Parts: sequence; C-alpha cells; structure tokens
Amino acid sequence: MSRPPNLISVRGLVKHYRVPIRPPGLGAAVRALFRREYRQVRAVDDISFEIRAGERVGFLGPNGAGKTTTLKVLAGLLHPTAGEVSVAGFRPADRDPDFLRSIMFVAGQKQQLLWDLPPAETFELNRAIYGVSRASYRETLDELIAVLDLEPLLQKPTRQLSLGERMKCELAAALIHRPSLLFLDEPTIGLDVTMQAALRSFIRRYNEEHGATVLLTSHYMADVAALAPRVVVIDHGRLTFDGLLGDLVRRLHPYRRVTLRLGEPAAPGALEALGARVVSVSDGIAVLQVGEASLKRVVASALERLPVVDLAVEDAPLEDVISDLFTGRPTGEPSAAPAVEGKIAAPPASGQGPPASGHGEPRPGHVQPPRDGVETDASRDLLAGTATGPDRGGERPS
Amino acid sequence: MTDAAPALAVRPPGRRTLLARSLRALPVMLRVHFAEAIAWRAEFLIWVLAYTLPLIMLALWSAVAREAPVGRFGEREFRAYFLATLVFRLLAASWVVWDMNFQIRQGTIAARLLRPVHPLVQFAAQQAAALPLRVVLATPIAIAAIAWVGADAVTDDPLQLAMLPLLLAGAWAITFLVMAMIGSLSFFWESALGIFDLWLGFYFLFSGYLMPLELLPAPVRAVGVWMPFRYMLSFPVEVTLGLVDRREMLFGLALQWGWAVLLGWGAYATWRAGVRRYSAFGG
Repeated sequence: MSRPPNLISVRGLVKHYRVPIRPPGLGAAVRALFRREYRQVRAVDDISFEIRAGERVGFLGPNGAGKTTTLKVLAGLLHPTAGEVSVAGFRPADRDPDFLRSIMFVAGQKQQLLWDLPPAETFELNRAIYGVSRASYRETLDELIAVLDLEPLLQKPTRQLSLGERMKCELAAALIHRPSLLFLDEPTIGLDVTMQAALRSFIRRYNEEHGATVLLTSHYMADVAALAPRVVVIDHGRLTFDGLLGDLVRRLHPYRRVTLRLGEPAAPGALEALGARVVSVSDGIAVLQVGEASLKRVVASALERLPVVDLAVEDAPLEDVISDLFTGRPTGEPSAAPAVEGKIAAPPASGQGPPASGHGEPRPGHVQPPRDGVETDASRDLLAGTATGPDRGGERPS
Repeated sequence: MTDAAPALAVRPPGRRTLLARSLRALPVMLRVHFAEAIAWRAEFLIWVLAYTLPLIMLALWSAVAREAPVGRFGEREFRAYFLATLVFRLLAASWVVWDMNFQIRQGTIAARLLRPVHPLVQFAAQQAAALPLRVVLATPIAIAAIAWVGADAVTDDPLQLAMLPLLLAGAWAITFLVMAMIGSLSFFWESALGIFDLWLGFYFLFSGYLMPLELLPAPVRAVGVWMPFRYMLSFPVEVTLGLVDRREMLFGLALQWGWAVLLGWGAYATWRAGVRRYSAFGG
C-alpha cells in the first residue's frame, strides 16, 4: 500500500529574531536612548523534516525551544529567515487565500472569538470570510454542536464563557471551513482534566474521520501520548529527535516499570532479591524499575516468589522521559549527533554553526557521528540503537 | 561534497480571488461588527462625548466674534462651523491605530492574518460598521445645530449637497488609512503611537479642528490646501456651509480622493513590509 504524499516539507528552516536588550536601572535606560543593543535569538536553527497527509505529530521542547515558532512559520504567520518550506504545495509566507482556507491555527492563549458577542456570531463571520456555503456550514456546525456539546453556549456572550467553554468554541470557530491541516499550540492549556480529555478525543476523531493532518505543541504529556504517535523534539531551535514517541521513551529510559499489587506484605529483602531497582513500596503496592533484558526473568520470579494479586508492566512515565530529555539527565543523556529520524541529537551551544546535515532531508535509519568527535557512552548507546523511522500511517504507538 | 537539493515546488501566490471573496464576505462582516459596536454602546457613547473640543472652540471663537467678525466669520458663522465640525468629526472618526498597535504587540493580530480576507479589509469593515451608530448619535446634534443656527447656514446647492456622502466617505477613508499606515508601523516600532501623536499635532492645526483654515496666515493656508488634513474634516464642513464654490469643491474632491488612493497604497505597502518583519516573539 502506498504511503500518503508529503504534505509538509521543511528544509534548513531558520528563524532568527533581533531582540533589544537592556539591563535594569536608570543608567541603562538613559544609555539605551543613545545606543540600543540587540541580541540575535536563534529561535529555529536549521531544521528539516517532512510530514505526510493525515499524520498526527507532536512538537516537544522546553519553553522557548522554537516549537511554536516552527508552527507559526508553517502556518504563514512568520516569514522564515532562511530555508525552504512547502505546505500543501504552498509557500506559507505568501499566505495565499487557498492556503489559508486549508489550515486552522488554535493557540490556547490567543483567541479569535469576538469577546462581546456570542460565539454564533464568530461562526457566522468565519462562514462568510471562508466562503462556506450555507448548507455546508449548517452541516458542519450541527456536527460540531453535537460532538462538542455547544448548544448551550451558542447564544452566551463569549466573555461570560468559562475557559473550557471558550476553548471548545475556539475549536469550532476554527473548524467551520473544515481545514485539512490543524495547527494546535497548547490547545489544552489551563483546562481541567475532563475538558482536556474531551478536546483530545475530539481532535483525534476529527483526524480519523476527515483525514486531517494535526500538528500539536503541548506541555501536557497526556496530550502528546493521546494525540501524537510521532514526535519532533526541538531544543534551542534545533531538531533533536524525530520519530515514534514509543522509540523516544525506550531510547531515553530503556527500562520498564513493573507495578505489583501484593496480597500480603513481602518478606524483608524479597523485593530486592528480584534483581530490580525498587522505586517505591506502599499500601501493598511495589513499583520496580526493570531493564528490558531482565524483564521476563523479574516478572517470572515475582510471580513465583511473591503473593502477587495484580501486575502491570509499563513504559517509564512520559513526564519523566520528557523532563530527562530537556534536562539531559540519566540514560537519555543526549549525544552530540545531529538530528536524524528516530535518533536523538544534543542541542548545540548557542552560537554554534550550522549542523553537518545541512539542508538535506533527514534520512531514516541514517546516523551521523558526533560533530565534536567525542563519542560518549551515552551517545554510543544511542547511536547503536536500531533506528526506526516514524510511523507515517498515524497509528498510535503501542 | 554537498548535493544541491532541488527547490521545493510551491504554487505562486494567487490574489485574484481575494478581492472577490472579501466583497462577498463584506455584508456579513459589516453586520457582525455592527452588532459588536452595539455591544460596546456604553464605551462608544463615552468616547463620542469626549469630542468636546469643537464645542470649546465654539465658545472661544464666538466670544471673539462678539466684538467684531473675524474675516467672514461672525458669531453665527462660528456656531455653524464648529457644530458642523463636531458632526463630521463624529461621523468620520476611526480608532484603528490603537487596535492595530495593541493587536500587533499582543500577537492577537495572528487571528486576522490567518483569515483569507486581507486584514486591512477586516479592520476597515470593523470600523465602518460603527457608522450607523455614529449617525444615530450625530443626527440629533445636526438637528439641534440647524434649529439653533438656522437651516440657511447650510448650502442650498443641490450638487454640493449630493456630494456630501462622497466627501464624508473620503474623509473617513483618509482618517482610516492614515491610522492603518501608522498602526502598521507597530510591526517595526513598539512606540508607533508616538508617531500618531505627532500626526495629531499637525491634524489639529491643518484640519480646521481648532479654527477655520481661512483664518490661518496666507502662507500656512497655502500649504494646508495641499495637505491631507483639510480633507479629513474642514473640507466637508466648508462644502456643507457653502464656503467654497462648485469649482473649488470639485478640485478639493479630486485632491481628497487622490490622497485616499495614495494613503491606501501607503497603508498597504507599510502593512506588507511590516508583516514580513512580524515576530511576536513568544506571542
């Protein structure tokens, strides 16, 4: 079966900002009157990737990493400093009306709803602006009302809606024209867990039913786990990982968490005798950290030697993985290799030159040696791992 | 060795449908933004009531003219002039410079940039949609002014009366486009509103807001005739009161719309250059 075509192609994308800097204090304020100093911020620094139609891709990175900037360039909101970008056959910065009709961009902290009017007015405004026929509008709106439970909100002024209600209406307003490409920048920020789950479920359903491509940034790992089989990690403006979420987790934390519910307290030293690290024991529940290789043995021993009532084996918590990824902690200490699909590369120190990969496309399974020539244990481990290309089919990782 | 990758194939930008789509969307845009203006009615009323300067000028110049007429302006002529000024100022006003500045600095301009209708058209529709509300507020003032000053203070030339909507539209267009141009400078400078304050200084002097332009010294007046300020306020007032003849009116009308076209190009070019620099860093 042939893969869907590339919807997005990014080659050597660079976006730099010139930011004025001024130390605090009156003297600095006066000096700034005569001589303003600027700092070049490399928000996005030579990244390349491709995304196929229908994929759901999560962009991960700490604050200020460059992920939102990347999304804004792809949506045509920002002009790239250098590099080539093609989205659905358009150059986004041209903001061609047909391109704008094919996308939507929802940012959790920004809104398009008219503040003093009920959401229904914004929907109608968007219908006219996007040139949606009345029949199609009615059909889409009815569907959105049903799925997002909007009926009670339509006639209330936006300013009187709760954050969650407003977010649902924002999504609906952005979907009136049935876009085929969804840019979601922190869409669940500030929402309670129920509303987060509802929005995630809706976005996933929209992707599955309409074949829409979804690009998402979020600091909530639940968003990423539920919506993004493929993740692109950006740090200091550099692409440091592009591949399956599951691969990222296993690469950084190559161990599993085994949770044992015990029918009665274990004998002293019994847990330690299993040969795994004991993470916690409380209320009859023991959590062990087990390497992939010894998993079978530890589980078999636990079932044989301990009064196990229930047992669960999970990957490391995503929060831990991402936290480690951004802080450069334990097993996942990143190598200095440039980004390749399914691989991890360290972010460069600020001011470093362009990466060895240049403007070429990322090559699945291809690993380049570290640029600084120093191959650490961690980087050797990472580079030795089997590179798995991202699942372009949009399936959830197991 | 580096293999030069072929350039990504992208479609050339097509603008043909933009105008047609904008025009089709215009009625709904005007209706929705009118509803928005109604929702703001309290703020709107307070804002409009803040236009008291013509009334202050009326009192001031009437007092001066009580002694003796100033040029061809007696007490009654000043009354007619400043009340007409108040009405046209109410009708031709815009606040887009503050909106644009705020939205660009906050990053909320993104919502407009993402829509397939030019953002300047979106702003124009939003501002123009408030006109009916302005008419509702200005009409009682105009009626009271005519009752006070007398209907014969208004021109009886049918051509001049027929041209008033066009003159009002021209005055509004210049006001909006200048504001849009200065507002677009917010893409470059956070303090673009300071430039607008500078503009306002010239506006007060050359628009006839503080005094009829013909009372200015001849050299200043000669400069003022060619500048856009007169066509934002004074000129429609002069035509309404019959202070210019038909020939002068047609010449002024041509100048007014010439400025509108020029400023339209300026606003578009500034916007276009600004969007290229748009960063909204972290926004």
